[in-house]
Amino acid sequence: MSAVPTRSVWTPGQVGRVAEPVLEIKNLSVDYGFDANPTHVLRDVSLTLNRGEVLGLAGESGCGKSTLAYAATRLLPPPGMITGGEVIFTDRSGDQVDVLSQSDQDLRASRWQDMAIVFQGAMNSLNPVHRVGRQISDALLAHLPNMTKKQAMERSADLLDMVGISPDRLRSYPHQLSGGMRQRVMIAMALALDPQVLIMDEPTTALDVVMQRQIVEQIAELRDRLGFSVIFITHDVSLLIEIADRIAIMYAGEIVEEAAAQDVYRRPRHPYSDALLHSFPPLRGPRRELGGIPGSPPDLANRPTGCPFRDRCAHVFDACATVHPELVTPAVPGDDPRRQVACLRHDPARVAAGGYEPVSVPLELSIR
Amino acid sequence: MTAPTHDRGDGAVASAETPVLQAVRMRKHFPVRGFRSKKVVHAVDDVDLELYRGRVVALVGESGSGKSTIARLLAQLMHVTDGQILLHGEDATTKSRAGFRRYVSKVQMIFQDPFASLNPVHTVRYTLTRSVKIHRGRLRGDELEKALDELLDRVNLRPTARYIDKFPHELSGGQRQRVAIARALAANPEVLLADEPISMLDVSIRLGILNLLRDLRDRLQIAILYITHDIASARYFADRTMVMYAGRVVESGDSESVTQDPKHPYTQLLVRSAPDPDDLDARARGARGEAPSLVTPPDGCRFNPRCPFATEMCRVELPPLFDVGVGRKAACWGYSERPGRPRLGSVLDAYGQRPPIDVNVVVRADADLAAAADAAATGTPGQEDLR
Repeated sequence: MSAVPTRSVWTPGQVGRVAEPVLEIKNLSVDYGFDANPTHVLRDVSLTLNRGEVLGLAGESGCGKSTLAYAATRLLPPPGMITGGEVIFTDRSGDQVDVLSQSDQDLRASRWQDMAIVFQGAMNSLNPVHRVGRQISDALLAHLPNMTKKQAMERSADLLDMVGISPDRLRSYPHQLSGGMRQRVMIAMALALDPQVLIMDEPTTALDVVMQRQIVEQIAELRDRLGFSVIFITHDVSLLIEIADRIAIMYAGEIVEEAAAQDVYRRPRHPYSDALLHSFPPLRGPRRELGGIPGSPPDLANRPTGCPFRDRCAHVFDACATVHPELVTPAVPGDDPRRQVACLRHDPARVAAGGYEPVSVPLELSIR
Repeated sequence: MTAPTHDRGDGAVASAETPVLQAVRMRKHFPVRGFRSKKVVHAVDDVDLELYRGRVVALVGESGSGKSTIARLLAQLMHVTDGQILLHGEDATTKSRAGFRRYVSKVQMIFQDPFASLNPVHTVRYTLTRSVKIHRGRLRGDELEKALDELLDRVNLRPTARYIDKFPHELSGGQRQRVAIARALAANPEVLLADEPISMLDVSIRLGILNLLRDLRDRLQIAILYITHDIASARYFADRTMVMYAGRVVESGDSESVTQDPKHPYTQLLVRSAPDPDDLDARARGARGEAPSLVTPPDGCRFNPRCPFATEMCRVELPPLFDVGVGRKAACWGYSERPGRPRLGSVLDAYGQRPPIDVNVVVRADADLAAAADAAATGTPGQEDLR
């Protein structure tokens, strides 16, 4: 299984090398609300981003993808609260630092320089009353006090050029640019200080497919050139399969499956991943009846016991109601040992420990 | 109030060839604000469209291509600048309130955002009762109760008693959209105009809504206009697909052939740009350009600035819709018989080459940056501005 090459839009230069983590999220938990009964949005989420890799984070709205990205960068607005875990950032020189326990001053210096983020609806996050050039150079000047304004402007022009916008657009206001161009400006800004990690929260959701493809290609090309790592958050799994090296699927605040992109697509192991892949009508191939996923995601304020997906799952059995699944290697012989899935069908040991009879993996979830 | 609501017979009597709702050379120009400004936004130009009983027509295009304007024109929420809207072959332009009521009882609209289209201070019961009373007269008591029950049942909100007294905020997005559809069905419409009905919903429940609409089409023989930017869902759901670009229809035909064998270069680009994990090599790479300004649309074909095959002819003269197969049309000079017409090829070849990368730019910038980074010590505001 591991012999299957990881394909993406570009040739991933770094994937062949030994995985070297640049960002490790360990057992991160996030609650919303300060009262006695907060909503547990993230529960013990662990995720590793390797250097030079594009990690896709997919899931429905409200499943905690954006919360995970904001918590990992300590940008979570109240009432969101990080209640546990750590986020280890590894520098190019190998120095490690826990982002969650950094001092405010260090955090401020490291933001944008080490980790940059392109926000959801980035098209509207530019300040409408300032020219684009000034907004880009603002970030440069804030982080590099020795830079002169002239240098900052020159660098801004280079950055715009890098994302395919003519440098004479520096003097434009955001409303004079089209949606796709504003999105590129945001990407140029995020890359201004040559960050090692770029978090993109639904960067193409507001754009049409032609522009989406242009932006995605641009990101691919820039990653090849500058060698940063990307966490790409979206609900569009088919887009992720194209651009990501690895994909983590989230459901109800937990990661339910994590594997190489092509493995997720060709050999999904979690019933939710499988159903999610069949929620998109295909553009090619036979036209067939698709059902989507019955029901709706659980209310995180009243999280059900056991598996959060059990009410909508086609492969549910008695243990799912009480035993909470954890990430394990799938119980399919020959699977990539690095991939993980949180489903009791793949975890007979946990089912037996809960006092139930283990049930075998269904055929749909054991395709080789 | 006394509008003929159960006149489904009309449609049956008329020959199968008469469209329920038809737009003829429909045009909408919005004036641009400003002192003595004579400029207009050419939102919709010369659109012909026919909706037949029990069939779904999809209108596909990028944002700003005029799809939603068409829905609003057909719903008569705005007046057309030019052209005609025909209901059962007769001019349907409403001139009075009563006329508008009669019209909307036959042509109902479903909006994109179910979070915004339902009044948050009213229960489902109130929302549906309003619609039933407006379109079916004053039902009371058991009769009304039965009508509400039937509506919720029709959109698969079962058991109906669980949903009837809920407020919109107690429902999920998919359930809200179902309530919005039930509200539209309360009028017993012949036409449903669905303006991106699934784009605000979670991916896992989108298909449920499309399947529901398809079921309504089959059972109630409603004509549906399905507006979307997702050409794959048009293929899944619609019988016919029309592709719009910059306010004009560039291609139309049955959904399967439009998506599998697109004729117009823009449709080709659209199909080749959609993510498709099965066919990574056949993606249009390196396509550049954006939709033109609709205030000053380009002369000739509106796609010509981006089209890899454009010739002088395309820049000067607007192409009409040419027949390019059984029931298929494409507005491209490439399908004309005129001399000097563009020779169409595959967009894959045309867009296949990526623009060369200017490596020097970045290397130089990085050197500057490294020098400056040495001096960087403290951080100052900046990051927070981003949000």
